Amino acid sequence: MPETSDAIIRVRDIAVQFGATRVLDGLDLDVKRGEILGFVGPSGAGKSVLTRTIIGLVPKVAGRIEVFGIDLDSASARERRGVERRWGILFQQGALFSSLTVRQNIQFPVREYLNVSQRLLDEITVAKLGMVGLRPEVADRFPSELSGGMIKRVALARALALDPELVFLDEPTSGLDPIGAGDFDELVRTLQRTLGLTVFMVTHDLDSLYTACDRIAVLGNGKIIAAGSMADMQASQHPWLRAYFHGKRARAVMGGSAVVGGS
Amino acid sequence: MNRGEKGRGAGIMTGDPTLEPIAKGSGLALCAGGPWTARFAPVLEQMVADAEKLCGGRPNIFIDVSQVDKLDTFGAWLIERLRRSLTQGDVEARIAGLSANYSSLVDEVRRVKAAPAADTAKVSITGMLDQIGRSVAGFGTTLIQLIDMLGAVLAATGRVLARPRTFRLTSTVHHLEQVCWRAVPIVGLITFLIGCIISQQGIFHFRKFGADIFVVDMLGVLVLREIGVLLVAIMVAGRSGSAYTAELGSMKMREEIDALRTMGFDPIEVLILPRMLALIIALPILAFLGAMAALYGGGLVAWLYGGVDPEAFLLRLRDAISIDHFVVGIVKAPVMAAVIGIVACVEGLAVEGSAESLGQHTTSSVVKGIFFVIVMDGVFAIFFASIGM
Repeated sequence: MPETSDAIIRVRDIAVQFGATRVLDGLDLDVKRGEILGFVGPSGAGKSVLTRTIIGLVPKVAGRIEVFGIDLDSASARERRGVERRWGILFQQGALFSSLTVRQNIQFPVREYLNVSQRLLDEITVAKLGMVGLRPEVADRFPSELSGGMIKRVALARALALDPELVFLDEPTSGLDPIGAGDFDELVRTLQRTLGLTVFMVTHDLDSLYTACDRIAVLGNGKIIAAGSMADMQASQHPWLRAYFHGKRARAVMGGSAVVGGS
Repeated sequence: MNRGEKGRGAGIMTGDPTLEPIAKGSGLALCAGGPWTARFAPVLEQMVADAEKLCGGRPNIFIDVSQVDKLDTFGAWLIERLRRSLTQGDVEARIAGLSANYSSLVDEVRRVKAAPAADTAKVSITGMLDQIGRSVAGFGTTLIQLIDMLGAVLAATGRVLARPRTFRLTSTVHHLEQVCWRAVPIVGLITFLIGCIISQQGIFHFRKFGADIFVVDMLGVLVLREIGVLLVAIMVAGRSGSAYTAELGSMKMREEIDALRTMGFDPIEVLILPRMLALIIALPILAFLGAMAALYGGGLVAWLYGGVDPEAFLLRLRDAISIDHFVVGIVKAPVMAAVIGIVACVEGLAVEGSAESLGQHTTSSVVKGIFFVIVMDGVFAIFFASIGM
């Protein structure tokens, strides 16, 4: 048993290398059960790489990753499938299956993992679409017939199809208009409350960090340079953090009151 | 409700979900317990269906979920389904004992409207006939599209000739490398083998009549007039036509072609003309190389298997064939290249959003390309026969 049982993801000392460049170097990170962790960092710092490493799409050269207390390196194929069934992933571009309709996209993982009647499957599909704020009529459209925001929502519905405990969101609000992005943040919050999710969210959106996230982790130089609440971030003296959380855009997002210390 | 018999406590201890009716005062409580989660969906669905049958039409029923220790969307929906079926008229069935953790989830599924049924595609004879009819009628459209593309390419050629600086030499050379230079090994190998086979078969059968030497005539005429160019064209349709369709198709999918258009470039000039030109230059070269490889292979087999030594082979070949045979073969090559290129580009630009569409159009690019190559070959055969070549 891991000593901190409330950590749903435990990343210890991992290193990832592409050719001669070390993208992640000795990175440690804990994600606690039931929280929404916002993950930020400069472009190209390796945020998506870390996500993909945890999911297992990018090989690491050193370190340990535990998800749900299971070490993914030593896990058997069966255990791994068990873990995969318990997480859902929203890819940056949605990654919907382009030759399947929205309905089939959402039903696909359910059909593979569970033995569920077609009637229940259809009803659950409508329920999931409703949860992500889409109307049932969308179900028979193909991904190429959807707008960018709808693609994100359908992809989220697919990520939630199996009622996962843990959801990875890779830049969920990028490419959405501010209102749409705000709605999406609200949606993530609501779903987190309703379904008791743990959310690992890579984002660049200050609004999301401010409204949706319980905790923020910052990636820089291949390591976590800071982790904590929004207040901790604002109090930090690290130059990048200062630039990020006290920049012009941050001030606009947080309004006058929150940035008293920023001037 | 076979699981209900175990009693509520036992049900929870074994970790299975339960649903059992318990009389409470004047009413009836359906007590749900255990984990109501996706893993138990088939069991839960059966239990809910049984309960609906048992309790349907009875008044004063409520659902007690206080013993449910785990609930997800599947479970919440099934409880909601049960609640709806127990609701009569305006009297809504109640859900009691809902813990605060799960109340928002149950509220969420309560908002779900009845599911519209999925329209399943039915396979019927009329549907199949309909499909056949449409594809036959679609052939006319295909011809029009091809002629349209031919016109567009010619118009683009005209524009480029008028302003030669707009010609994309780098792109053309790049495609020439892809479709010509890199195709040489495989084209050479396959035509060499075909030459060997024709020669071997020819010797084997001609020997019965003592006419071994005529295999050289057959090989020369066949390879130079027909097999060389036809075989190479079919290979190029499969190798490069499909590549063109896939390239253009994925560019279309990712809106790259729209991007070009909005920047004021003509996709035909930028993308299609260099590809067409590369193909038109490449195919005659490949056809020539292919014919040589086939003659070489045929000669080798004639020598080793048929005992026709190289000197006799060459002497006989010089008598058997004239420059006409070679011209008939090589003249066809650029025309076939144009046909393959146009089919590939039309199909590439017809790709729509999905990966499936890309696959379909790449397939039909190769199929149509080969079909038109063979049709063209037939047309040429009639033409050359009537002018006596």
